[in-house]
Amino acid sequence: MYPRAFRYYRAKSLQEATALLAELRTDAKVLAGGQSLIPLMKLRLSNPSNLVDLGFVPKLAYIEKESSRGNVLFGPMTRHAEIAASTVSREIPILHDCAAGIADVQIRNMGTIGGSLAEADPTGDWAPVLLTLSAKLRLVGTRGERWISLPAFITDAFTTVLAADELISEVSIPVPPARSGGAYIALKRCAQVYASASVAVQLEMQDNSTCKRAHIRLGAIGLTPTEVAEAETELRGKEVSNQNIGRAAEAASATAQPQSDMRGSADYKRHVVGALTRQALQVALRRSRGESVEVSHQYA
Amino acid sequence: MLEAVPRFPISVKVNGKAYQLEVEPRLLLVDLLREELDLTGTHIGCDTSFCGACTVLLHGSSVKSCTVFAVQADGGEILTVEGLEKDGVLNALQQAFAEHHGLQCGYCTPGVLISGYQLLSTNSKPSENEIRKAIAGNTCRCTGYQNIIKAITSAAGKVS
Repeated sequence: MYPRAFRYYRAKSLQEATALLAELRTDAKVLAGGQSLIPLMKLRLSNPSNLVDLGFVPKLAYIEKESSRGNVLFGPMTRHAEIAASTVSREIPILHDCAAGIADVQIRNMGTIGGSLAEADPTGDWAPVLLTLSAKLRLVGTRGERWISLPAFITDAFTTVLAADELISEVSIPVPPARSGGAYIALKRCAQVYASASVAVQLEMQDNSTCKRAHIRLGAIGLTPTEVAEAETELRGKEVSNQNIGRAAEAASATAQPQSDMRGSADYKRHVVGALTRQALQVALRRSRGESVEVSHQYA
Repeated sequence: MLEAVPRFPISVKVNGKAYQLEVEPRLLLVDLLREELDLTGTHIGCDTSFCGACTVLLHGSSVKSCTVFAVQADGGEILTVEGLEKDGVLNALQQAFAEHHGLQCGYCTPGVLISGYQLLSTNSKPSENEIRKAIAGNTCRCTGYQNIIKAITSAAGKVS
């Protein structure tokens, strides 16, 4: 299968890429890893006349810990596989849960964190995870740079605030405070397919058993990652007991408004949300106590 | 519709041999290998990024060559199934597939071999779980996974 013919532009810098995009306006797409864009183009669901390739711009793939402010910075072209193998994802295991489970080895070797966020696919893995970590994005356009929080960046399914000439130039997350633990679990039929549902949780604990703050986001359930404030309320300021974990899971399940489709009925997905929330909270609690626990995407 | 788009010059090294070509930007890496370079060992199975029959190594990492444009591979080193044997001697992994009946119809085999080769190049003693994860992006339509896993297990530590 061939995509429609397009003109290929290879940017040498982000500045050149934004200038090209400003000139080409809306009939251009940005090529990062291409693992979603190329299949869409082959199926002719996306038919851009122009493609601007970021793959040859130097120094866009990196994972750095800022010494001064304690943030972790990701270059937009950092591959999922690089994140999975990084020291940072051992220190913040929710990053490993996500990066090591996206699709399959081959896709993780090409696909990028910036591409995934810019596509804003409702079933994307990074958005729910990075939302629980309070991520910010640096955007660059022909008129300069701006920082934006992730909730403000994603406005709808496959829709972001990116202007025609703008690109994600960096992803930043604050290192979670001490006594924090997170987990991300997605349930899917097999490696390559979209998840039926996914749950990202991040607990910040006051002590071994009391929760100070809880962040919970659902993926693949709505047009954008779903907030579940009711579930967070079941934990905030309370003991993270099995009973309260159960209540939070029930609240997450009740808040979820999934649609029935080929990945499961709405009832099934609501049930999956409850089960995944319970499991992710249990893992996050153990991790907040310094335990090493391995989880990732699960196949049903 | 667009008028004819300009071709783009690329250079790649495939199985150690250097090539310089001018390609249409929409040419996929798998079609570069099969149609332009006559390396038909790499198969097109689903052509939708699912089955992994088209798996090759690019810069030492496995990729689905039906989901990579040839222009993205510019300057890259590529290893295809044809590059696994050396001077007519099968790679230890290929030999193990023969010994353990690791293929039935053989259509998925070029991709499975490359995925297995990448795993064993970086992990000389993978667990069964690690092997299963490493080939999760490769579909065997004959469902011959048990013998594929046996073959990869037996070649562990022997792949260079």
